[in-house]
Amino acid sequence: MPRLRPATRTTLVAWLLLSPALVLLALFTHYPAIATVWRSFHSTPRGARPAVFVGLENYEAMVADPIFWTSLANTGIYAAATVPLSMALALAMALLVNAAIPGRGLARLAFFTPTVLPMIAVANLWLFFFTPGYGLIDRATSALFGWGPTNWIGDPQTALGAMIAIAIWKEAGFFMIFYLAALQAIPPTLYDAARVEGASRWTTFRRVTLPLLGPTSLFILVNAVINGFRLVDHIIVMTRGGPDNATQLLLTYIYEVGFRFWDTATASALTVVLLVMLGLLALIQFAALERRTHYR
Amino acid sequence: MTARSVAQPANAHRRPVDRAALAGRALEAFAAWILAVLWVSPLLYALWAAFHPTAYAVTFDLAAPLTLENFRAAWDAAPFARYFLNTFVLVTMILAAQFVLCTLAAFAFARTRFLGSDLLFALVLVQLMVMPDILMVENYRTMRELGLVDTTLAIGLPYMASAFGIFLLRQAFKQVPRELEEAATVEGCGTWRLLTRVYVPLARPTYLAYGLTSVSYHWNNFLWPLVITNTVETRPLTVGLSIFAAVDQGIDWSIISAATLMSSGPLLIAFLLFQRQFMQSFMRAGIR
Amino acid sequence: MTNPRTLTPNRRQTLAGLAAAGAALAAPAVHAQGATEITFNYPIAVGGPITKIIDGYCEDFAKANPGFRVKPVYTGSYQDTLTKTLTAMKGGDAPSLACLLSVDMFTLITEDAIVAWDDLPGSDKGWLDSFYPAFLENSRTGGKTWGVPFQRSTVVLYWNKDLFREVGLNPDVAPASWDEQVAFAQKLTKREGEQTTRWGLQIPSSGFPYWLFQGFTTQNDVRLMNPEGNQVVFGDPRVAEALKYWVDLSVVHKVHPPGIVEWGTTPRDFFERKTAMMWTTTGNLTNVRRNASFPFGVAMLPAGKRRGSPTGGGNLYVFKQANPAQREAAARFARFLTTPERAAQWCIDTGYVAVSPAAFETPALKAYAAEFPPALVARDQLPHAVAELSTYDNQRVTKALNDGLQAALTGRKQPAAAMGDSQAEAERLLRPFKRG
Repeated sequence: MPRLRPATRTTLVAWLLLSPALVLLALFTHYPAIATVWRSFHSTPRGARPAVFVGLENYEAMVADPIFWTSLANTGIYAAATVPLSMALALAMALLVNAAIPGRGLARLAFFTPTVLPMIAVANLWLFFFTPGYGLIDRATSALFGWGPTNWIGDPQTALGAMIAIAIWKEAGFFMIFYLAALQAIPPTLYDAARVEGASRWTTFRRVTLPLLGPTSLFILVNAVINGFRLVDHIIVMTRGGPDNATQLLLTYIYEVGFRFWDTATASALTVVLLVMLGLLALIQFAALERRTHYR
Repeated sequence: MTARSVAQPANAHRRPVDRAALAGRALEAFAAWILAVLWVSPLLYALWAAFHPTAYAVTFDLAAPLTLENFRAAWDAAPFARYFLNTFVLVTMILAAQFVLCTLAAFAFARTRFLGSDLLFALVLVQLMVMPDILMVENYRTMRELGLVDTTLAIGLPYMASAFGIFLLRQAFKQVPRELEEAATVEGCGTWRLLTRVYVPLARPTYLAYGLTSVSYHWNNFLWPLVITNTVETRPLTVGLSIFAAVDQGIDWSIISAATLMSSGPLLIAFLLFQRQFMQSFMRAGIR
Repeated sequence: MTNPRTLTPNRRQTLAGLAAAGAALAAPAVHAQGATEITFNYPIAVGGPITKIIDGYCEDFAKANPGFRVKPVYTGSYQDTLTKTLTAMKGGDAPSLACLLSVDMFTLITEDAIVAWDDLPGSDKGWLDSFYPAFLENSRTGGKTWGVPFQRSTVVLYWNKDLFREVGLNPDVAPASWDEQVAFAQKLTKREGEQTTRWGLQIPSSGFPYWLFQGFTTQNDVRLMNPEGNQVVFGDPRVAEALKYWVDLSVVHKVHPPGIVEWGTTPRDFFERKTAMMWTTTGNLTNVRRNASFPFGVAMLPAGKRRGSPTGGGNLYVFKQANPAQREAAARFARFLTTPERAAQWCIDTGYVAVSPAAFETPALKAYAAEFPPALVARDQLPHAVAELSTYDNQRVTKALNDGLQAALTGRKQPAAAMGDSQAEAERLLRPFKRG
């Protein structure tokens, strides 16, 4: 070792440290991503017919497929709704259970329960909540507002909203934990100072609390965006993308095309679209995250 | 925790007869409870359905007889003990591997500039958003070629090198003051000891936060394990639970509830018991 | 991902565990001869005890056929089983025998996965002809038999006798025609002010509406596809007419819930008296018998221009990758499973329709039917039954129809327009499979 130039040695050590992670990344992210792009330019092999190069044919078919556009739009709505709503609710919950209210521990536990209830099982319980007539939601809306039965997941108007509500339920309580931890880490002296200056609660929140939650919010944001695209288990259980593709997301459609239609070529083209979208998001988020470290 | 939480904005106006503040606090408590009830309602319903006969699954009658029959039926329908063990092994394995791999990689990125570091970091970042779930089809082929289909390792392998973990730890390591590192080096610490004695302990909250997301992710993960596993020896809880999901004879909410409670009960109880310690170690430094 | 019509409540048994058990069970003598072992991928479709029944069959088979062993692998729903089986096949590791949906026949042929039963050692025409013709309809194409009926079902009507009595209908008579179905449902629908508290009739439309829809189309005297599986007639006016009847049940007559009706909750709606009649699979018979707190009846679906219902469920397929000895083992095992006595017992234990007329002549099934007459309804309906929709590129063509049906049922499209769109999409999908 001492014989090597320091720069060379540093590089060697760094590569050594990185190699296990890089091998795995190459094997399970880079290679499959490239292979997906490659396959998207080929036909689906079937039985005795091997795959042949078809150029952009799969993409042309995809663009001509109305379900692709529906799923793309739905994915946008789904992510755009679940990410901010679950984060805002998480913050609200954290603020509420950070205060000295009776039964605080139980409330925290209540918020945390969705995290440990696997979606695949709890989706069936949600099916009961959404059942028209005797489902819990209809019973509640009937008792409170006198509404009649609503076919929440059987109506294209409300089905996607119902799926979003479940995703928010699943996410918000989990994110709440991180906000709560961040709130507890804020030194009480800062609040004392704000009080001395006669700041209102809203000003205190905006000027003291919120800025200090910045890093946590970014951490949560990355998680929320990832889940905004991949949390589809309940959709697969409850609606399978229906009715009439009203809850079809890009990922559910990829699964359907790839593992039900056995059309790997089209599934690859769809995956490439998702890859590009997520890659762009990763870049944007990285820029945001890097900026944060700079001003620190 | 209690000592700190009294010093909250809610207590900012502590004049004895501030009615508005009192009303505000009552309102907040009320809002908290409404939200809590909403959030816990699926669990409450599961408790109702699991402990009552199927006939009462959707009829809330206080006189309904109690039963453990649903638990017996669910227990017989799938080897839950085994699934639980599988999930536990899987989550532990992934978490351990993630901690080790991400620590090493993050350390390299945080503390050294070396030939190709920017390029490599960009290559890592690709995975920040591209979760392996999306590349299922290709990853299945790879696993088949590696002869790993239907192994616990195959479920975990694509997740072990996590860009998110590398990124978070890199940020944490970057905030370790240079002086600490220099002092340690003067005392004769090698790279390895520097990492284990200085960097890792200082990044503890980050490990905790990341660990929580990882455990929650893999505890709940369904699609990839479903595709890559075939047998009871490898299938995690989520895949085991899915057998109640799509049903010829219609959904039996009682048995699903019993299965759900059996599979998530241990985690719930653990959270209830360790909530305090957990939050305390978390809050010590927050997530940076 | 999971075929909703079917579940697998039992995965207690495991591949490795079974392998070990199989090895332990095999008689030493058999071992010495080097027994032929075949893997049997099996979707469990009813409750837990089914695994035990299948395990028992495999053990009995090994005893009765020295030198052959069957290793059952429980692979989840039909959809999971197909996914697993095809994925394994592509890796060169196909099972010798699998129970998959009858409608997967064309998919399996396209994938070049299976061999026809006609050419297998130990199979003969007499045996293959012994099944109900309705079940063979989507087991045969191009003059060959690709699937052997095993776990088959059909759609029937269930009704609540108490509610019939309550509204003054004869509790023992189900509606026999489309008009009666509407008239009965109108009487049975109960409203309180603006709200409907009980529906007359419920027909599930989530997941796989095409299957129940085939009841309507058959009753309206139209077949959705040709036997070659490369042409569909969704655009036929009679199809639109059938769909209009279904849509009108909720839109015009208001006797059926609007929008999509969930398959999984429909039996519960029936138990909760939220609907007085429902259409669902014969596979629900045991469930309804156990959970309905009121007397209920089971009947053939009402007739339109004629009676009609689709068949459904699973067939046995032999995979190409099996070697000659394994193929022989598969054929022997299939014959073993479909003997009238076993088919009868299978019907009694599970609620599936016994696959051959001979099975209904066995003393066991006769005694059971005497005690529980609804068990015979499915059989009596078989002469009116048609093959479940099955074409090349089956899942996609089916999706084209499902989407059209759901668009019409949710009011997004008019029935005729919706079926026209489904037809156009299906034409596009089937073009590569049309010869000449």
